Amino acid sequence: MEYSPPPLFKQGAPARVKVTVFALISVALLVVDARFHALTSVRQVAATVLYPFQMVALMPRDAMSNMGSYFSSISALQKEVRELKSQQVAMAQAMQQAQLQTAENGHLRKLMDARDHMPVRSMMSEILYDARDPATRRVVLDRGSQNGVKLGLPVIDNAGVVGQVTRVFPFTSEVTLLTDKEQAIPVQVLRNGLRSVAYGRGQSGQLDLRFVAPNADIVVGDVLVTSGLDGMYPAGLAVAKVTQVESVAQGAFGRVVCQPLAGIDRHRQLLIVMSDQPAQPRPPAEAPKANGNTTSRRNLPKMEPIPLPPLPAQPLPPAQPPAAPGTGGAAAAGAPAAAGAATPAATAPAAGAPATQNRPAAPARVTPPAATTPARQPAPARTGEGV
Amino acid sequence: MPTRPHYILLPVSPLFIAFSLICAFMLNLMPWGRWIGAPDFVALVLVFWGIHQPRKVGIGIAFSMGLLMDVHDATLLGENALAYTLLSYLAIMIHRRVLWFPLVTQAIHVFPLLLMTQAIQVAVRFAVTGRFPGWLHFIESLIAVALWPAVTWLLLAPQRRAVDKDHTRPI
Repeated sequence: MEYSPPPLFKQGAPARVKVTVFALISVALLVVDARFHALTSVRQVAATVLYPFQMVALMPRDAMSNMGSYFSSISALQKEVRELKSQQVAMAQAMQQAQLQTAENGHLRKLMDARDHMPVRSMMSEILYDARDPATRRVVLDRGSQNGVKLGLPVIDNAGVVGQVTRVFPFTSEVTLLTDKEQAIPVQVLRNGLRSVAYGRGQSGQLDLRFVAPNADIVVGDVLVTSGLDGMYPAGLAVAKVTQVESVAQGAFGRVVCQPLAGIDRHRQLLIVMSDQPAQPRPPAEAPKANGNTTSRRNLPKMEPIPLPPLPAQPLPPAQPPAAPGTGGAAAAGAPAAAGAATPAATAPAAGAPATQNRPAAPARVTPPAATTPARQPAPARTGEGV
Repeated sequence: MPTRPHYILLPVSPLFIAFSLICAFMLNLMPWGRWIGAPDFVALVLVFWGIHQPRKVGIGIAFSMGLLMDVHDATLLGENALAYTLLSYLAIMIHRRVLWFPLVTQAIHVFPLLLMTQAIQVAVRFAVTGRFPGWLHFIESLIAVALWPAVTWLLLAPQRRAVDKDHTRPI
């Protein structure tokens, strides 16, 4: 090949071809990752390769903080020790009471034939860095699948729930915070056991209870704890405090804004709760036998929609006579009841659900004649719906 | 147009290119968290080498750097890869023209490229999650462009030769 051009002109594939190929590959990767979630292995490998680099990149910050703590004065440390000691004393009392109450609770639960709360293990972990994406709320922790972290585990700090593990790498794991817009957590109000689901609000760092009935018993200052209904978060972890209750005009759902109790901006140490509760097998269609036994209330499928078919047939005929002598004075009192009945799945209080399951129609049908007797037809029908 | 001296530079060392890319990557790995305006160093260095050494730092390297950033950023795989690929292509497209301008004008040329990179990232996120991070997010590009003269000075330093006259030397 003595007449071949010198290598000066060999530039490889033209840039236009290259950019097309690589852009297509990227788009394909995007689609595959977003739609099929099929690239976990690629991600795992890359994350493992990246791990030493990440550690090196984090070194200057850690060195800075170490130096800062080395030079922090003795008085500050003494003050901290004093504070911690007083805190510990305060905690000790609570702890002793808690032991007593735990024993008592276990006993009572045994009496009630209810399932015991699982004891929960947890693992200490540190925040390595915040993810750079400004639209999501994620942090990366220094424990991974090598340490037994699994997908979906809850993460807490000393004040409350922080979030949930959403990706696991061999040495690190990614936690989506509660305030991320795609996170939801089942909660209940500590004061009265009212259940709901809290959603993240994104950048504002707050939580939302949506679709709350306007007459729901939630006031500013209520503490929300996990209800444990999802089988993922153990019950009773503090989640948030209600800061604002917006009740919109009639009929619409109210909106409750809450401030998360956990402060991820303040601490670097978090606890991963290793709640290896095996996914509870869902009770398969318990509706037919639910009427019969009243022994274990906890196992009833409380969140299921109430069966509708018998309603138009049964409650209407007896409900009509009181409709005729209606005074109409109690129409306002009837409205909240109807609204409460319209959202049984979302906000039914603990007492409401068993009542609907155990006694089909009797008790609630007694009240409408006495209390609410609007002159129009649909109102009694709707109060009957709550049965 | 004011004439300024165009010095003849020494050939670049591939080792130094690799070193600069690694440095930029480490800078990106630092825990910037949600500081608004932390510039994307990798993109900046990729543009720089795409303009100064288009034969050495091409689209393939940009693509792989993008993949690594994707894994670190916990975003979708391919988001940064796509952005860096296009960025590198555009840098190669404009590389013949840009270098004739003074540094500030060069920076103005580079600005739309970096802006486009960010726009791609934001667009991909918006398409997948439906969330928009706000216009303030784009301040990253401005800061990165402001760093352009410094980056140029720093990354060309190993290639410069002494300016002092020495008559025994041919150049």
